Amino acid sequence: MAGTTTGIPANVTQGARTKGGVGESMLRPDGTLKVTGEFAYSSDMWHEEMIWGQVLRSTVAHAEIVSIDTSEAVALSGVYAVLTADDLPAAKNYGMEYQDTPVLAYGKVRHHGEPVALVAADHPETARRAAAKIKIEYRELPVITDEASATAPDAILVHENRGDHHAGHVPHPNIVHRQPIIRGNAAEAAKKADVIVKGEYTFGMQDQAFLGPESGLAVPSEDGGVDLYVATQWLHSDLKQIAPCLGLPEEKVRMTMAGIGGAFGGREDISMQILASVLALRTSKPVKMVYNRYESFFGHVHRHPAKLYYEHGATKDGKITHMKCKIVLDGGAYMSSTPSVVGNASSLSVGPYVIDDVEIEAIGLYTNNPPCGAMRGFGAVQACFAYEAQMDKVAAKLGMDPVAFRQKNAMEQGTVMPTGQPVDSPAPVAELLRRVKARPLPPVRQWESSEGADVRALPGGLSNTTHGEGVVRGVGYAVGIKNVGFSEGFDDYSTAKIRIEVINGEAVATVHTAAAEVGQGGVTIHAQIARTELGVQQVTIAPADTQVGSAGSTSAGRQTYMTGGAIKNSCEIVREKVLEIGRRKFGSYHPAWANAELLLEGGKVVTDGGEVLTTLVEVLEDEAVEVEEEFRHRPTEAFDLRTGQGNGHVQYAFAAHRAVVEVDTELGLVKVIELACAQDVGKAVNPLSVIGQIQGGTTQGLGVAVMEEIIVDPKTAKVRNPSFTDYLLPTILDTPTIPVDYLELADPNAPYGVRGIGEAPTLSSTPAVLAAIRSATGLELNKTPVRPEHLTGT
Amino acid sequence: MRVNFTVNGRKQEADDVWEGESLLYVLRERMGLPGSKNACEQGECGSCTVRLDGVPVCSCLVAAGQVEGREVTTVEGLADYAKHRQDAHPGGGCATGACGTSLQDAQQWKAKGQDSQTGEGAELSPIQQAFIDAGAVQCGFCTPGLLVAADELLERNDMPSDADIREALSGNLCRCTGYEKILDAVRLAAARQGEVV
Repeated sequence: MAGTTTGIPANVTQGARTKGGVGESMLRPDGTLKVTGEFAYSSDMWHEEMIWGQVLRSTVAHAEIVSIDTSEAVALSGVYAVLTADDLPAAKNYGMEYQDTPVLAYGKVRHHGEPVALVAADHPETARRAAAKIKIEYRELPVITDEASATAPDAILVHENRGDHHAGHVPHPNIVHRQPIIRGNAAEAAKKADVIVKGEYTFGMQDQAFLGPESGLAVPSEDGGVDLYVATQWLHSDLKQIAPCLGLPEEKVRMTMAGIGGAFGGREDISMQILASVLALRTSKPVKMVYNRYESFFGHVHRHPAKLYYEHGATKDGKITHMKCKIVLDGGAYMSSTPSVVGNASSLSVGPYVIDDVEIEAIGLYTNNPPCGAMRGFGAVQACFAYEAQMDKVAAKLGMDPVAFRQKNAMEQGTVMPTGQPVDSPAPVAELLRRVKARPLPPVRQWESSEGADVRALPGGLSNTTHGEGVVRGVGYAVGIKNVGFSEGFDDYSTAKIRIEVINGEAVATVHTAAAEVGQGGVTIHAQIARTELGVQQVTIAPADTQVGSAGSTSAGRQTYMTGGAIKNSCEIVREKVLEIGRRKFGSYHPAWANAELLLEGGKVVTDGGEVLTTLVEVLEDEAVEVEEEFRHRPTEAFDLRTGQGNGHVQYAFAAHRAVVEVDTELGLVKVIELACAQDVGKAVNPLSVIGQIQGGTTQGLGVAVMEEIIVDPKTAKVRNPSFTDYLLPTILDTPTIPVDYLELADPNAPYGVRGIGEAPTLSSTPAVLAAIRSATGLELNKTPVRPEHLTGT
Repeated sequence: MRVNFTVNGRKQEADDVWEGESLLYVLRERMGLPGSKNACEQGECGSCTVRLDGVPVCSCLVAAGQVEGREVTTVEGLADYAKHRQDAHPGGGCATGACGTSLQDAQQWKAKGQDSQTGEGAELSPIQQAFIDAGAVQCGFCTPGLLVAADELLERNDMPSDADIREALSGNLCRCTGYEKILDAVRLAAARQGEVV
C-alpha cells in the first residue's frame, strides 16, 4: 500500500477537552479536517502509479447493440485497456434487490447514459478521447416512457425474461411491483361524504445532486483481490454486489470508506465500484475514477417521478370519510429499490390522518427513462405532495381553515394505519401544525425599508425585475409522515465493535463500525454514545470498512437508531466485562462491588450513590476489552399482496411546515420568504446536527417545489439537462430563513427514544411551498416544480 | 508545457501540463492540494473557489496556463492568508477600500503543516473556526469553496448584512445544510472579528 493516499477520515480522536455525551451539541470530530481541505473525499484518492478510468455511455435510450469497435481506442497512446461486456470476468449484472442491471450493456441498452464500454488511460483526457473513438452501432427501438406505453398489450418488454419474485404478481411485465391496500369500504363510505374532491398530480424527477461526485480508487492486491476506496451508503451491500461481478470471494474485495460528499440516497446503488475494480484487475494498476457532473447525472438513480390520482370525501363538519388513490411511480430501466419505494408510497399514501375506508394502489413501472431508486423521503415524498394538496382543496370546499381541517383529522398515538398497523408511539401531528401556525409571520413588504426597496429581497432578486408592483404574498401549510428504517420484513441490523483500553495513562474507547458518515453527523453521535455508556473522555472513531460486520445503510433515517443502538448494545456488554474485571481485582476490598449498581462515569467506577470505587485505568491496566455486537429493531412483516395489510413499519417520523412566499405575478417568479418547520425528533442526541438535518431536508423540498427537475424528452427518453447549469439547485439566495422547532417525544422502543430525522422535513416542505404559491395566486398548480409559465399562463 | 506560479506563498512548478488542463486539475492532481473540490467543473457550484491574485475565481474555469507568474490561494493556505491579513491590515476591515493583500505581502507568507492527522492544533482562520462552531459543515464538500468566498467577503466588508452574505455566497452551492448555519458562521466570524478590534 506504499504511496497510496487513503487519507483521513481515519482514526478521528476526540480531543480531551471535549466532554459531551448524548443530548449535547457536540462539534464534528472531522470539522477541522473539512475546513482545512485535508479531509480525503473519494475523489481525492491518489496513488503514485494510478491510471484513470472512463466510461462510455449510450447516446440512445432504447436500442439493440449491433456492434462495438474498440480498435481505434486501443491504438491510442497512453491507453491501457478498453473493455466491453464481453471482457467482464464473471457475473454481468448487479442490483440491490434484484440483479437486473448490467455492469456494461450487452445485447440492448435500456436508457440514455447506460454504461457500454470502459477505458483506462494515463490521463483523464486520454481516457475521454479514447472513449470517444469507440464506435457503437445501435438499432433503435421504440421507447417506453409512461404508464400507457409501458402497459399497452403489445408493449415491448423492457426486460424480456424477468426472474424476480415480483414478476408473478404484477399485471404486466413492464410493472416492477404493485401494492394495493384495501381497508374498510371506500365506496360505501363515500356515500356519507358531503363533498368529494378529486385531483391529479405530477411529481417531477428530482436528483440527489450530492456535491461530491461518484469516485474512488481500486488498487489490485498481491493475492489477486482488490482494495477499494469509495464513498457509499452501505459498504456490505456494495460488497455483496461487487464480488460476484469480479468473480472473487468477498474476502478478496476489501472495501474502505472514503470521505463522502453527500448522498441523500444517491449512493445506495453501485456506481463506479465495479467499473474501477474491473479495470484495476485487468491492468494490474491502481485505477482512479471520478465522474464529472454530466456523468454523475447518469451515474446514479434519481427520485421516482410520479403521477398521483386522488379522491377524498368529507362531511360538512370536516371529517374525512374516505380516500381512494392510484400512484404511478416511474422506476426507469432497472429495478434498483423500486419495489420498496412502491411499498412506502402505498402504505404512507393516506398521510398522517385517520381515514378508515381506503382504496389504494401503487405501481412502479419499468420504462426507458433513467433508473430511479432511493432518495431522501423514499416514496413518501410524492404521496405527501398529493395528499396535502388534497387537504387544502377539501378544506377550501368546506370553507374550513386548512390547518384546523388537518388537525381535526390528524392521527395520534393509537391510530391504525391503512395497513392495519397501530401507531404505538407518539404522533403529535396536530401539535406540530399548531406550532408552525402559532409562529409570528415575517413582516409584509419586507423588501421595503426607510432607505427604499432592497431589490435583493424581492422575487427576481438582483435581476431587478420588480419593485414590488404585482407582488403578492401567500402562506401555506403541510405535514407528513415517513417510516423510519427498513420495512416489510427486511432483516435490518447494524454492527458495532467497541474496544476499551488504556493508552498513555488514559482510558480510551474505540468505535469501529461500517456506517457511512454522509455528512449527517454519525461520527459525532457515535462518540457521544460511547462517552455516555463508558464514561470515557477519549473516543476514537475507526475508519469504516468491511473488516467489521455490516452497519446497514445510512438511509431511511435509520443510522442513529440502528448503529447508535449497536454502539449502545456493545458498550453495555463492554461495561459489564470491565466491571467483571474490577470485581475480580477489587471485589474483596469494598462490598459495593457485589451489592451496588455500578456506573462508569468520568473515567471512574462509581456506585449509584456516587461513591468512587476506582478508576478505569486501574481496572484495565494492560487489559483491553473488545466486543462486537449486532442490534436489530423490532421485526416487521411484508404487506399482503392483495389487501396491503401487515405490520410493515418500525417507526414513523412527523414534520410540519409553514411556507411564506412572495410571487411576482407578472413574470411568474417566486421568492420563498420563510419556511418554518416543527418536527418530533424523539430524542435530540446532538441538537446542532438535528437542526442542520431539518434545514437541509427542508431545502431539498423547496428545491423540488420551485426549480429542481431532471427533464426527460418524452419522445426520445433522453435527459435534457444533465448539468448544474440546467438542473437548478437552490442557492443561498433562493433559500429563506428556516426556523426549526423540535419536540422530543421519546419512542419507547428506540435507543434513547430517538426518531429518524433526516427524511421527514423533505416531505412536507414541498407541499407547503406549493400551498403558499396557490394561496398567493389562486392557481391550481398540480405539478412540481412550479415554473414561471405555470404562474403566468404562458 | 511548464507552469510557474505561487500557491499559498510557495513557488511551484508544474511540468508536462496539457494545454487544456484546468487550474483545479493542476492543484488537485499535480500539486497534491485536493482541498479545492471538483463538484461540477463548470463554474456553477463554487466548490473549487480559490483566490487568483486575491480575486475569488472558480479554479475549474481557469486554464492552468493562465496562472503563469501569478498567486493562488487555496483553502489549504487560508489560515495563513487570514493571519497575514491581520498583520497587514490590523482589524481586518476595509473601510478605505484599499483592501486585499498585495502581491508583495502575499509572497512573504507560507502555509505550514499540521501537527496531527486529525488536524488538531491546526491554526484556523476566523471563518474556518466559525464554520466548525456554527455547525455549518455537514458533508463538507462545499466548505472549502465557501470558506474562500466568505473570507474574501469579510476582507471587503467586516460587518456584512444578511443580504450581503447571501449575495457574496450565491455562487457556492451547498446541498446539505440549507445555508442557515452557513449564514450563522459568517455572522459569527464577523462578530468575532469585531471583538478583536
